[in-house]
Amino acid sequence: MPRVDVPLARLKFAQTQRRDMWWVAPLVVFTILSSFIGYATWAALQNEHYSWGPYLSPFYSPLLFASVGKSWFGKPPGWFPHWMSPAMLILGIPAGFRLTCYYYRGAYYKAFWADPPSCAVGEPRKSYLGERSFPLVIQNVHRYFLYLAIIFIFILGWDVWEAMWWPDASGTRHFGIGLGTLVLALNVGLIASYTLGCHSLRHLVGGWMDRFSGRPVRKAAYDCVSCLNRRHMLFAWCSLFAVMGADLYVRLCSMGVINDWRII
Amino acid sequence: MAMGTFKVWRGDREKGEFREYKTDVSEGMVVLDAVHQIQAESAIDLAARWNCKAGKCGSCSAEINGMPKLMCMTQIADLPPGETVTIEPMKAFPLIRDLVTDVSWNYAVKKTIKKFSPRKPDAPDGTWRMQQEDIERVQEFRKCIECFLCQDVCHVLRDHHQHAEFMGPRFFVYTAALDMQPLDTEERIEHLKGEGGIGFCNITKCCTKVCPEEIKITDNAIIPLKERVVDEFYDPIKKLFRVFGGRR
Ligand code: SF4
Ligand code: SF4
Ligand code: FES
Ligand code: FES
Repeated sequence: MPRVDVPLARLKFAQTQRRDMWWVAPLVVFTILSSFIGYATWAALQNEHYSWGPYLSPFYSPLLFASVGKSWFGKPPGWFPHWMSPAMLILGIPAGFRLTCYYYRGAYYKAFWADPPSCAVGEPRKSYLGERSFPLVIQNVHRYFLYLAIIFIFILGWDVWEAMWWPDASGTRHFGIGLGTLVLALNVGLIASYTLGCHSLRHLVGGWMDRFSGRPVRKAAYDCVSCLNRRHMLFAWCSLFAVMGADLYVRLCSMGVINDWRII
Repeated sequence: MAMGTFKVWRGDREKGEFREYKTDVSEGMVVLDAVHQIQAESAIDLAARWNCKAGKCGSCSAEINGMPKLMCMTQIADLPPGETVTIEPMKAFPLIRDLVTDVSWNYAVKKTIKKFSPRKPDAPDGTWRMQQEDIERVQEFRKCIECFLCQDVCHVLRDHHQHAEFMGPRFFVYTAALDMQPLDTEERIEHLKGEGGIGFCNITKCCTKVCPEEIKITDNAIIPLKERVVDEFYDPIKKLFRVFGGRR
């Protein structure tokens, strides 16, 4: 690349002529993301109150092992440390997916690393590597997390189906819908809207091609993903609140703090 | 008619300072009008570049109240009423004088990008056939007026001065316009990753925020190009698919 031979002025940290409250947006992102990480870690460590009736908290789904109740592989095997909860086995996938998401990346580089603190506002550090070299070059694995995240949509969808079947005293299951079913359904809807608007998916379904004519299915898929992609930021936040809300709802029901409202 | 106060950067590469000017502001005035009035009334030697006064030539780029903007498209009525308006030159390029910067680095960068290279003509008369749906994506990028506001706001250039290793958002848009063109046959991904330094971009979207043509630079140009780089350099499975899947 050509060079600029004249030295340019170095901007100091937070130096700007901006007069608007440029620090509000990164502060809000910082607060929400830190609270979410705090809550999710706490919830994942609890190892209790993650299910109630037919409901299962999305933080614990898929439930691979469980000491009581239904799970994919029954009781925890001998090698499974006592202090670990089954949530800790699976949370790495949604966490990795969000951590490497293009939208969140841009947002947390600003909010947590001040790189930049906000647009046209001076930075605290002189050196810069970006995503070109280790460690941030690892962000390029995002599409692999996407593949796993798509599987999670089906698993969470299955949980909603399960949340419609209520066992009676004899163990027979009857169809029914509670507020919790709707909470879980809303959660999977928002997570799906977030996941299916992923930039990597947009690329994989058609973005890598230069020609759509004569490929109507691809074109339709690309248009659908692009449509969700335009609202990717919105769904990123809504789904974050939804998943936290869904865990909280199941948790509070299980703890007896609130009573589920049985609709049907 | 109200009086407006403007703090304008005056100086050259060696030294400079903000100087305050007052001038009448009337309805419908843009910042460039105020600069012209100041030139006429109190600072005849104030250097400012402009050409079309219609947001189409990309010459009047500056920083107004700290944000990169076109002076001719910034209505004074949209700025905080009664407050002093700050006008500075762009910071990512060498200053020539007052509000004028030397943006020639951008033209040199452009020359490093491989030119449009179409496939063989589709018809015997030497013409090509294209469908609208194939060209829609690149039409957005063709709106670029080369104002270089996106280059100015990008922290990789503005704060980290990586001009020698990073071509900047304007040239990702330009590369995307060529690389996604259905007739084009050239390969630009390696240049993009290497010399172009697309990996330096941390997708913080400031370029998108300031683009006067409202090009979704990050979402529609940079990220899709980053994904093409992943195909080529970081994703073993996709690479295999491409070997057997044919051309795009
Ligand atoms: S998104 Fe990338 S190119 Fe655009 S301003 Fe941010 S770092 Fe620069
Ligand atoms: S992409 Fe937008 S901001 Fe950048 S040079 Fe073109 S018109 Fe200006
Ligand atoms: S880009 Fe956000 S989920 Fe892939
Ligand atoms: S004078 Fe042409 S864009 Fe402002």
